[in-house]
Amino acid sequence: MPPAAPRSGDAIFASVERVNAELFTLTYGAIVRQLLTDLEEVEEVNKQLDQMGYNIGIRLIDEFLAKSNVSRCVDFKETAEMIAKVGFKMFLGVTASVMNWDADGTCCSIVLEDNPLVDFVELPDTCQGLYYCNILSGVIRGALEMVAMKTEVTWIRDMLRGDDAYELQVKLLKQVPEEYPYKDDE
Amino acid sequence: MAAIYSLYIINKSGGLIFYKDYGSKGRMDTNDSLRVASLWHSMHAISQQLSPTTGCSGIELLEADTFDLHCFQSLTGTKFFVVCEPGTQHMEALLKVVYELYTDYVLKNPFYEMEMPIRCELFDINLTQAVQKDRVVLLGR
Repeated sequence: MPPAAPRSGDAIFASVERVNAELFTLTYGAIVRQLLTDLEEVEEVNKQLDQMGYNIGIRLIDEFLAKSNVSRCVDFKETAEMIAKVGFKMFLGVTASVMNWDADGTCCSIVLEDNPLVDFVELPDTCQGLYYCNILSGVIRGALEMVAMKTEVTWIRDMLRGDDAYELQVKLLKQVPEEYPYKDDE
Repeated sequence: MAAIYSLYIINKSGGLIFYKDYGSKGRMDTNDSLRVASLWHSMHAISQQLSPTTGCSGIELLEADTFDLHCFQSLTGTKFFVVCEPGTQHMEALLKVVYELYTDYVLKNPFYEMEMPIRCELFDINLTQAVQKDRVVLLGR
């Protein structure tokens, strides 16, 4: 039986049940505000958001794989394209683009023009070190870790801090394929 | 009449996280099912090493005299396999459906701990429905 063809981000996004985007924005905002109240330090909140994103990412990856029918990516370039074109589209309804590849092909930037998490949000002076969307960096890191890639994901540009777009840098640290403890000489 | 005997789900370390038997044949107690799961996990891994073709992702179908075993491995390393009557059709499609049910009712349950045995009622209910629907389709042919 021939494998099913990979589905586009648009097709999947159109086929899932929707919820009011403002409820989503409000829920996320409530989470960030509560974390700021509980933890008080902006750096701690950044870390918690990343951890929460990680926990989401490790579960979300199977959903992504099941719905999108993609086969194993041949290289990291394909992986980044998948995240930007299919992943972001499928889960957030936004298209992202991949740019600024380095010479090895292990580091790139994913740029989001639009970001539903930050509708209506402005950062006050007291929260200047906060990466409001840090959950997204955790999600990508968690998801990639479950498919054998250790990555480092950081924010390069953040519109809430005055830049013109949202830019995430995704750096592949190493591939960690499942090593089975079967050696020929044992 | 084509029939499913049992369904197994194993995590990426080879531990059995879900087992369900459907028929009178191939019924196993807990210890045996754990043994089969570990055995299959190892065989699957060895087959990847032994394969003469490059990029092999492991055994997908095992055909024996009294049963067939269809296996699906997700890119995250979780394996879903079903032991069925020889010649049963559409098992790959069923495994795909089980994978989708797993991503919905197991992974999206915030109280489910990753890699642990699955104890999700909603998953059981929906799985039974999916297998029933499959049976009806098979009988209708």
